[in-house]
Amino acid sequence: MTDDSDADAAEIERNDGQRFDRLPATPAERTVEGRVSREEVVDYFDDRFGMSPETFDDYTFWEKGAGKIWIYGGEAPTPLEIEAIGMTCLRTRQEHWKPTTDFVQRFGGHATDCVIELDREEARAFATGEDQELERWEGDWGYLIGAHEVAGQFEPLGIGLYVHGELRSMVPKGRQREL
Amino acid sequence: MEPLERYRPIIDDFDAFLEACERPLGNAARVNTIKASVERTLTALEEEGLAYEQADWNSRVLRLETGSPGSTWTSFHGFTHGQEEVSAVPPVVLDPQPGERVWDSCAAPGGKATQIAALMDDRGTVVANDNNLGRISALRFNAERLGATSLAVTNADARNYSLNRFDFDEFDRSLVDAPCTCEGTIRKNPDALDNWSEGAIASVAGVQKGILRRAVQATREGGTVVYSTCTFAPEENEAVVQHALEEEDCRVVDFDIDLEYSPGLTEWDGDEYDSSLERAARIYPHQNDTGGFFVAKLEVTA
Repeated sequence: MTDDSDADAAEIERNDGQRFDRLPATPAERTVEGRVSREEVVDYFDDRFGMSPETFDDYTFWEKGAGKIWIYGGEAPTPLEIEAIGMTCLRTRQEHWKPTTDFVQRFGGHATDCVIELDREEARAFATGEDQELERWEGDWGYLIGAHEVAGQFEPLGIGLYVHGELRSMVPKGRQREL
Repeated sequence: MEPLERYRPIIDDFDAFLEACERPLGNAARVNTIKASVERTLTALEEEGLAYEQADWNSRVLRLETGSPGSTWTSFHGFTHGQEEVSAVPPVVLDPQPGERVWDSCAAPGGKATQIAALMDDRGTVVANDNNLGRISALRFNAERLGATSLAVTNADARNYSLNRFDFDEFDRSLVDAPCTCEGTIRKNPDALDNWSEGAIASVAGVQKGILRRAVQATREGGTVVYSTCTFAPEENEAVVQHALEEEDCRVVDFDIDLEYSPGLTEWDGDEYDSSLERAARIYPHQNDTGGFFVAKLEVTA
């Protein structure tokens, strides 16, 4: 009981998982405990996948839910209590940040690193949600973008986790398809 | 099909109409240009060995020859979205432009809202609202699968919709694709007429009037409101637009769409409607071998 006034007085707020809050531009501007900044998100996409930061110049990033980051191209004030804006793009507040399949399908074409090229059969297994042995990857372990060729261009399929010579499909159940 | 008998006096070649209503509808899909161009999507379909036909009136609308249009690479990648051909008409009539603020008042499950986003090159703000929380999960799923980043999703009753949640206080355009008795979907859903009654029409017409009025109020002067339903009942179509003309500042305007259709009615069952309602479109199943639809385009006046 005696701690209530201390909590109210704290400068760093706790995350309210029910509403959208725009990410602070930099870590120095953080006012919510554990919240990542726009700079950290854009740097992550650049460092891990080689997506140039300009890719996201026309977008804002938001948090709703613990560590669920959303990318949005429209107008909105912060905070905002509605159902959704744009699309979920990244999970933070866990040891390894994890991009979403839908984000990777939409923006993965901008990636130059950590993209694993799959042939048609491998792509089919990936879309079905199957894990598969793929010994040919010599890059970093961790989250990779699975891609295959469609109509003359590589097209991202979604996110996979590569460890110990195995590519585990992270395509969510509702997005898996038998092709 | 018995409820449709009431339309015998207003539909040309009524027997052809009834016959068309009894034929099942094929699979149609819309190319989602947020993810891929029409050209690339067609190449991808050809690579999969899927036969298609492009609609004459809109190169982004395809008739697909497959039993499972969801189990294709183009669908998995979000290049295509299963959507009935006539259902793609209202967003085309709305004609939204990149950068605008657009309201889709009854948006779930999101076919038209994502089509609006695509027509805007996914730039601007599309507020996709629905009063049904369960259907909002379908709307969100489709929006993410199709990669629409310009969409904001709200869950509210459109009849008293508040813009207080946003930084702006009016829309450039609004779509009211109203909940209706769905008579026009009989080819896709043979149960569509099972719960049909004149009472159901009267009750849904009240809701439709409330939503259309709110859409006109929430749209800027000179802005566009499109009213559509997938039903033939004049009580849900011309009478609803007539009510908006009487209660709000707006007028019915012409539009061009390269489909065969009949003009809106100016009288029904003893009621007379404004002569401008002839500018609305009644799309019947036998005219283009599609489902049925009603579309009216309004301009908000001072």
